[in-house]
Amino acid sequence: MLEFDARCRLGAFALDAAFGTDGALTALFGRSGSGKTTVLNLIAGLARPDSGRIAVGGRVLYDSLGGVALAAHRRRVGYVFQEGRLLPHLTVRQNLLYGSLFNRAQTRVVGFGQAVALLGLEALLERRPAALSGGEKQRVAIGRALLSNPEVLLLDEPLASLDTPRKAEILYYIERLRDEVRVPIVYVSHSLDEVVRLADSVVLLSAGKVLASGSVRDLMSRVELRPYLGRFEGGAVIEARVAGQDLESGLARLEFGGGALEIPDVEALVGEQVRIRVRARDVSIALARPSGLSIRNVLAGTVAELGEENGASLDVRLDLGGTPLIARITRKSAAELGLRPGVPVFALIKSVSIDRRSVGYA
Amino acid sequence: MWSLTPAEAEALLLSLKVAFWSVAASLPLGVALAWLLARRDFPGKSLFDALIHLPLVLPPVVVGYFLLLLFGRRGFIGAPLDEYLGISFAFRWTGAALACAVMGLPLLVRAVRQAFDAVDPGLEAAAATLGASPAWVFATVTLPLVLPGLLTGMLLAFARSLGEFGATITFVSNIPGETQTLPLAIYTFTQVPGGDAQAMRLCILSILLSLAALMASELLLRRANARASGRDA
Repeated sequence: MLEFDARCRLGAFALDAAFGTDGALTALFGRSGSGKTTVLNLIAGLARPDSGRIAVGGRVLYDSLGGVALAAHRRRVGYVFQEGRLLPHLTVRQNLLYGSLFNRAQTRVVGFGQAVALLGLEALLERRPAALSGGEKQRVAIGRALLSNPEVLLLDEPLASLDTPRKAEILYYIERLRDEVRVPIVYVSHSLDEVVRLADSVVLLSAGKVLASGSVRDLMSRVELRPYLGRFEGGAVIEARVAGQDLESGLARLEFGGGALEIPDVEALVGEQVRIRVRARDVSIALARPSGLSIRNVLAGTVAELGEENGASLDVRLDLGGTPLIARITRKSAAELGLRPGVPVFALIKSVSIDRRSVGYA
Repeated sequence: MWSLTPAEAEALLLSLKVAFWSVAASLPLGVALAWLLARRDFPGKSLFDALIHLPLVLPPVVVGYFLLLLFGRRGFIGAPLDEYLGISFAFRWTGAALACAVMGLPLLVRAVRQAFDAVDPGLEAAAATLGASPAWVFATVTLPLVLPGLLTGMLLAFARSLGEFGATITFVSNIPGETQTLPLAIYTFTQVPGGDAQAMRLCILSILLSLAALMASELLLRRANARASGRDA
């Protein structure tokens, strides 16, 4: 769907990145300053690379060898900016329809009514941007981008300027977008929560370079990438099926290749697939199955890999019947337990350590 | 006492006509120059900027004299214009409008340039990603957002035209009914023995006219500001 290969230099910052993706929602993940927004600007034609090739759905937008460099207004890229950038002198309705002034294609990605309903904009249409809340502005910005009939949707940290309840609201709309509209989405974020919840593939950027790209699950279980995936929030992603919901205890039973987990607050029906992130710091390791314990999730596996030591701690990748799980423990414990690849162990995970922000719905 | 004499009415209408056309004629050029100064870098930009602003600091007589040299009957530009196109500025109200346009241009350019500077380029980029070509971006985003500054600039230039004296009298002289605008008429009365009362009547008329222009523009500006910033007017 998206082929990206570009080099450019902007002052002291240099970008040299290449990746391709076919996902419905691809996350560009990295710290601020890693070049995420630059990649979006290059795709949208708001910045120009020194060399490279950019194509969306087979349509070449830029090719330094072929001498192609489409102007921004011919790229058919729907860009949702961090700050919304609604046109202040127009009403919400006029903002939404702005793109259709210039694109009269018969086949549209979504119709006006459909976009308005999808994003819950009915009550806002006659208002002006100055009278909207932050979350409302972002919903209008997403609708405006969609209605310009784009071939790809670029979202640049659309939640960055919002408070927590607003974030949840917009996340919900982005999920609907991903599942109901057939436009591939490139989503820039530096929040693992958002990536795990929304993305099917991830491109990990650092200092203008692509460190890794692939599925969320694969990247999250790679020990060597841990320093880039957040020291405290990082952890493996497990894809599991909801096997049961116990209303009385509030716990859902999730089954996956390596066993079963009991997790609270999973808003999914029995049989549905979910994706949960288990933070490495919430996983403990025992050599024998412990008893008399409040921890509900005890999973058998083997040590697959010991990560680089980092101060007093290190990351251990476990293999639970084929599913990777990462545990962050102290160096001292690892030595005392004699952990090395192949040792059979039990992974202990507190149910309550997995909150609703760590759950993604496929 | 309260009605205007035919001569006064003539001076008033001429003043309004000259001011209107001076603003109308300098508007496209003023917007283009403001855009150039706000958005483009080119060699000699500061000299160019200074040249546009020169009428603001020069004695108006100097501007009028140069206009006479350039656009007079035998001027560099005036002679061929007259000969080939039949357009003449000398001793005509169009010459008065030209003098006012030159004097008002720096005020117009300054105000519009500041307005261009205040437009967020991010909004223009957003419009481009939605499919608007540069010309459409200018017409549908940039221009509406600079409208308050444009109105301010137009008012300043209009007011400058109503008060213009030195350049006009130097360039096109003081001909009743053709180039004698209100300030020139007032000046004429002050030079005639016993003209004080009539001069005063025209002074009061000038004050009323300026007040009306200020209040009208304030109203327009408030509405344009509200529109540009997205509040309901």
